[in-house]
Amino acid sequence: MAILDKHKVLEKNASLLLVFSFLVVTIGGLVEIAPLFYLENTIEEVEGVRPYSPMELAGRDIYVREGCYVCHSQMVRPMRDEVERYGHYSLAAESMYDHPFQWGSKRTGPDLARLGGRYSDDWHVQHLRNPQSVVPESVMPKYAFLERRMIDGEYIEDKMRTHRLVGVPYTDEMLENARADFEAQIDPYSDGADALLERYPGAQLRNFDGQEGISELDALISYLQMLGTLVDFSTFEPVANR
Amino acid sequence: MSDYVKIAVYGAVAVFAAIAASYARDMAFQVHAVIVMLVGAGLLLMTLRGLGRVKPAHDDGYMDDVVRAGVIATCFWGVVGFSAGTFIASQLAFPSLNFEWAQGYANFGRLRPLHTSAVIFAFGGNALIATSFYVVQRTSAARLWGGNTAWFVFWGYQLFIVLAASGYLLGATQSKEYAEPEWYVDAWLTVVWMAYLAVFLGTIVRRKEPHIYVANWFYLSFIVTVAMLHLVNNLSVPVSIFGSKSVQVFAGVQDAMTQWWYGHNAVGFFLTAGFLGMMYYFVPKQAERPVYSYKLSIIHFWALIFLYIWAGPHHLHYTALPDWAGTLGMVFSIMLWMPSWGGMINGLMTLSGAWDKLRTDPIIRMMVVSVGFYGMSTFEGPVMAIRSVNSLSHYTDWTIGHVHSGALGWNGMITFGALYFLAPRLWNKERLYSLTLVSWHFWLATIGIVLYAASMWVSGIMEGLMWREVDAQGFLVNSFADTVAAKFPMYVVRALGGGLYVTGGLIMCYNIWKTATSAPAKSPASVAAPAE
Repeated sequence: MAILDKHKVLEKNASLLLVFSFLVVTIGGLVEIAPLFYLENTIEEVEGVRPYSPMELAGRDIYVREGCYVCHSQMVRPMRDEVERYGHYSLAAESMYDHPFQWGSKRTGPDLARLGGRYSDDWHVQHLRNPQSVVPESVMPKYAFLERRMIDGEYIEDKMRTHRLVGVPYTDEMLENARADFEAQIDPYSDGADALLERYPGAQLRNFDGQEGISELDALISYLQMLGTLVDFSTFEPVANR
Repeated sequence: MSDYVKIAVYGAVAVFAAIAASYARDMAFQVHAVIVMLVGAGLLLMTLRGLGRVKPAHDDGYMDDVVRAGVIATCFWGVVGFSAGTFIASQLAFPSLNFEWAQGYANFGRLRPLHTSAVIFAFGGNALIATSFYVVQRTSAARLWGGNTAWFVFWGYQLFIVLAASGYLLGATQSKEYAEPEWYVDAWLTVVWMAYLAVFLGTIVRRKEPHIYVANWFYLSFIVTVAMLHLVNNLSVPVSIFGSKSVQVFAGVQDAMTQWWYGHNAVGFFLTAGFLGMMYYFVPKQAERPVYSYKLSIIHFWALIFLYIWAGPHHLHYTALPDWAGTLGMVFSIMLWMPSWGGMINGLMTLSGAWDKLRTDPIIRMMVVSVGFYGMSTFEGPVMAIRSVNSLSHYTDWTIGHVHSGALGWNGMITFGALYFLAPRLWNKERLYSLTLVSWHFWLATIGIVLYAASMWVSGIMEGLMWREVDAQGFLVNSFADTVAAKFPMYVVRALGGGLYVTGGLIMCYNIWKTATSAPAKSPASVAAPAE
């Protein structure tokens, strides 16, 4: 094959080989990734999705830190058994403010995309303390230390500011009240509760772990209890060509 | 760089690290700042003590001391990574191994990235760096470019591993699989990797052979592509320069696509292209036969690197990723089967006329089994990338089994073969300490892989079927917990397979140690190595 003889040129020139092989490996990524940023039907237009409240965001970071994504997906696929088991299949819109995404790749434990509201706070507390006490077959590790670690939201505003920098629509008002909202979320009778709910509709306001103060467990459960509850599915219309 | 500049730089690093440690917002960052401070101070002391001492004359031969260090590091991290894997496999079978006293540090979720990073980046990465430094010198008939830059690459890479691993235990992770290290660790790896590229490319440029040998094409494209993948997938903004937390630039569906473009090509370039470079040098050398087909190498190389990069979206079938992207990923994954098998054929057929060595040489046996596993897992991969198969296999243990038949079979075995090839040559010995021990290693590893892969096939397909089982009325038959309970025996078998594999690794360490220390030295007549 004559064309293979021309390969000598590349074989004798290190810079050419470098440039050529680099060009060849860029193509696939460009074609697959770049259009996702401008094709309009990539993210469905639905109502209800909002940025995470300060406490939910803190809880989400604990979820990330402990590597929950290693065993739990957050992506219900549109198959009969999954919709039956977990609920409505996941939309791209539901993770549009997830930096980074938490879809996961493995279900050593069940999917958590629609976990919110499915179990009581007490169940979550008990389950995280000792998973086998509520699900005997479970192989999940214990996370009892979370309720002993207190947090104060000292850097939560910085964190939200960084999220705004990469495109999450936190308003100035949300940033100014970050710390207050963080504290208000475990106290539904506090002065800030209504304002919090107005800024973050659908947020769960409770003392999640039933103990005084804000623990990492409070933050984590506030996140788990809102997972998959935001979208108003009456506003969702599936598109065939997506 | 004069010693005085070095002293100033090391001193500045130590001081800034000390400041960072005192302002640290979280424990991982603080510990890392202290580690960096100690490294800076240690280097400062070393340079101070060496001041005024006459440096040894420049050596014109091959630079092999850094390769020797790489071989030792590969053995060490290999055993660490395999043991971590066996331990977390046991945690899944027996959750009480998530010890109460280590709850905030050593639960499965924190150890799993430690295992994957230790085997892929610490074991695999050190093997790639060491062998590429060895191969590029021999095939270019040139000493490594850049003097001590090669040492910087080696030690810089070990520092990256230590920072990444300790970060996981202390809770610093950005949760992107195989790209978990946080922003400053990523930045450090970028510096080290650029130095690696410079050393490798510089050595090729200095070559005395007109042609660049095929192994070096693969190594080169592996280095360049990994640099690209690493930079794009780790785009993030740190919340504070005094904290480990950062926020990814991309979100949701775009982030998922970028992650799996990275994730699948960590397999495609780190674990395939780089290791094919190994295959193209060590298999012909050990078999003492030329590469089977030069033309096949050309086609195989360009087709492989072009097609691999498209395969990522097959990790996201039926998710919220638009279907067109998934379809592209599926089609290219299936096409990828061809260049993959082209490479396998080129490797296996290199043994033409030397097949008898399979009976006498356990190192060749290891290499052949390795290429065999490569062929098997690159067949299984495209099958699993088909949407309808993926609907069953995704989220299950089948994926884990697939990855391990590739990683333990192909990457592990070819690395063991290369290490056994290198050890006597690097330490200037007549032969390996013991071929019987190599045979033991071969059989322990092979049986370990078979146990691992078989148990994960059974467990994965079983749980996939159990999840989707509905009764005549249309109700789900199994609760999720039922499927977890059903997997217990398979989890035990899998951990057992891992245990056999670690044992093989330990035997290899012993064998290489004894080769370096007590095998008979090579007769001096053949010390001057000809350019090959």
